[in-house]
Amino acid sequence: MSSTTHSAEHHDDHGPAKGIKRWLFTTNHKDIGTLYLIFSLTMFFIGGSMALVIRSELMMPGLQFVHPEFFNQMTTMHALIMVFGAVMPAFVGLANWMIPMMIGGPDMALPRMNNWSFWILPIAFGILLSTLFMNGGAPAGGWTMYPPLVLQTGNAFPFLVFSVHLMGISSIMGAINIIVTIMNMRAPGMSLLKMPMFVWTWLITAYLLIAVMPVLAGAVTMLLTDQFFGTSFFLAAGGGDPVMFQHIFWFFGHPEVYIMILPAFGVVSEIIPTFARKPLFGHDSMVYAASSIAFLSFIVWAHHMFTVGMPLTGQLFFMFSTMLIAVPTGVKVFNWMATMWKGSMSFETPMLFSLAFLFLFTIGGFSGLMLAIAPADVQYHDTYFVVAHFHYVLVPGSVFGIMAAAYYWLPKWTGVMYDEKLGKIHFWASAIFVNLTFFPMHFLGLAGMPRRIPDYSTQFADFNMMASIGAIGFGLSQLLFVYIIIKAARGNGVKATAEVWDNPRGLEWTVPSPAPYHTFENPPTIKE
Amino acid sequence: MLKSNRDPGYRFLYPKQYRQGELPMIRKLCLITLGLLGTSVAHADWALNMTKGVTELSAETYDLHMLIFYVCCAIAVVVFGIMIFSLVQHRKSKGAVAATFSHNTTAEVIWTAIPVVILILMAVPSAETMVRLEDSRDPDLTVVITGYQWKWHYAYQGKDVEFYSTLARESNDARGKDSGIDVFSVDNYLLDVDRPLVVPRGAKVRLLITSNDVVHAWWVPKLAIKKDAVPGYLNEAWFRAEESGVYRGQCAELCGKDHGYMPIVVKVVEPEEFLAFVASEHDEKARVASAN
Repeated sequence: MSSTTHSAEHHDDHGPAKGIKRWLFTTNHKDIGTLYLIFSLTMFFIGGSMALVIRSELMMPGLQFVHPEFFNQMTTMHALIMVFGAVMPAFVGLANWMIPMMIGGPDMALPRMNNWSFWILPIAFGILLSTLFMNGGAPAGGWTMYPPLVLQTGNAFPFLVFSVHLMGISSIMGAINIIVTIMNMRAPGMSLLKMPMFVWTWLITAYLLIAVMPVLAGAVTMLLTDQFFGTSFFLAAGGGDPVMFQHIFWFFGHPEVYIMILPAFGVVSEIIPTFARKPLFGHDSMVYAASSIAFLSFIVWAHHMFTVGMPLTGQLFFMFSTMLIAVPTGVKVFNWMATMWKGSMSFETPMLFSLAFLFLFTIGGFSGLMLAIAPADVQYHDTYFVVAHFHYVLVPGSVFGIMAAAYYWLPKWTGVMYDEKLGKIHFWASAIFVNLTFFPMHFLGLAGMPRRIPDYSTQFADFNMMASIGAIGFGLSQLLFVYIIIKAARGNGVKATAEVWDNPRGLEWTVPSPAPYHTFENPPTIKE
Repeated sequence: MLKSNRDPGYRFLYPKQYRQGELPMIRKLCLITLGLLGTSVAHADWALNMTKGVTELSAETYDLHMLIFYVCCAIAVVVFGIMIFSLVQHRKSKGAVAATFSHNTTAEVIWTAIPVVILILMAVPSAETMVRLEDSRDPDLTVVITGYQWKWHYAYQGKDVEFYSTLARESNDARGKDSGIDVFSVDNYLLDVDRPLVVPRGAKVRLLITSNDVVHAWWVPKLAIKKDAVPGYLNEAWFRAEESGVYRGQCAELCGKDHGYMPIVVKVVEPEEFLAFVASEHDEKARVASAN
């Protein structure tokens, strides 16, 4: 497909700086990618330990460990940290590392902004986590921040708003950078439709980010002025409308869902062809499907609000538009299926994670289809059925996508193969425990257990016990992931070739492993 | 002290029949001999699936739920079947040689069209049910429900009956972290209230739902009603219960620290019993007024 005329000349002055300065002042896309990924992994463990607090409390009926106030803080912080701190930065990290290499560009287009968009994140999450130690505790009104409840937050409230602002700024800058890079830094000959799927899905994701992050920022700013400056945007007593916040929030929130899954679609679309040894089926239709999903994501938001008391016509519109999303999503799944069909498959860890993604994300898609049926959603809404649904699309969906990517590109990043045997153990432990955790939640929800409660009626005891055991198992399995990464990062393993895998497609496999600090200083030539 | 069979720590270890008060005979005898068999405690049935409920619309909702569930199952069998076949057959270790195709317009048209048809077939009955769910015209009885942190207030319109409904004393005593009370010994733990909403069987009951503070949601699964209680809004819902009985639910929208502790109990009674209930409420009101 392509070959590179990689420059052999050495630029010693272009090597990384020494010590902490390398990381603080870096403008190198690979360094920044690494920072994002490490940050994301850290947040994954912080958010994960909060999940374990939640699951420990829910293991048995009755309160054993925490008080209801703290329980609500944990659910709220778990969601905020996992969404904004773990999943999104992980994908930005992957984008930083891989997009320039995949399009044959030397770096990101706006390297200084790149540095800034990363370094805002630790500040944002430092602020958010500091609320745990404040008077009145961390935010406890749910990550959806619905007023008027969120306005009852204690001292943490302005910190919550400002940290969301910072996360938004970081995301928008990251997205601008990605769009500018993709639009301007492609190697000659790489037309838009020749771009790898990961680059495509990220391009679409970046547009989604730019479109909706300001909406979230606006919504939380209105909360801030309602609280401190006497406005009544969302306060019924002052003529405001609490439901308007929900509309604004979900206008952000639904595209946000796709922001967290589209890059995972891209990752899987890179990995499955490599291990099926067959080109991706329907590359262009994948692009169109991802674009349709992105477009539809703007007109389905109120399916999160079927019980809020919308007019009938509104409910019908959002029901139909939501059901439509199944079509492009189906196209993607069928295309992956067709990619595997008559391939010559092998099952290394990245492929295992991608296959689990394919199966389990589809299960999450099915429950999503069920949730789209508005009358049935009246029964599902705000129960554990919803919790099961979005964890199926987020954990074995987005998170498995990230893990698949990490295993797939780790040899390119570190120059050594990760420990395949441990990788497989990590995969099987994760896949089994993730199902043990989240599958019983479907039953809990259908049987009538609401979400976000610290204690429950006794008939829900058994499935909660299963889910908690699964969660603890899943949490512990992730320690293995860290061990595998550290082992590889320390250069401990079999030396990886430039190609790493069996004849993979993509420019990233034409540069040596580990990838040099600067790649494609001279653009490669795209043949074909 | 010996642990009772209801001790939560043991519950997961035994199969279901050991735990629902239906212990096998030998075990039962042993426990009786040991004097460990507690008094029977009311629990809702252990359930895997959505309830059919006791109204026409709850049954319709259940049917829709099962329909879409079976549709998903059918799709799953086909999609997962093909994937698993492929995973078994088309593997390198079996010597499979990769094909090179990457397009097939016919296949792509088919797998775009079939989901569209399935979705249209699903959309029609869903929309029909939706229309009926929203038709709260001509009620026989209207109750205004107001959510508070953390209790419900019920006011029967035109009947001069109103009261608050809060978590039952037994549950409230047991719920604390250091209550020392085994929650398995509490009847309908966290699903019982001091004063249930009483409505007549067979009557079309319209609910007007609002809130006095934050957003709550009034949910009773067996009535298939879940409606947000939003300050400044008066949301409508309705039901016609076909069977008398006691139906339990909970607040379904996060509303603060005691969100998990504001259950809902609806008692559906025969129409004459309902009249007696209204009369007794009036008597009680008169008694309180005269006492003052």
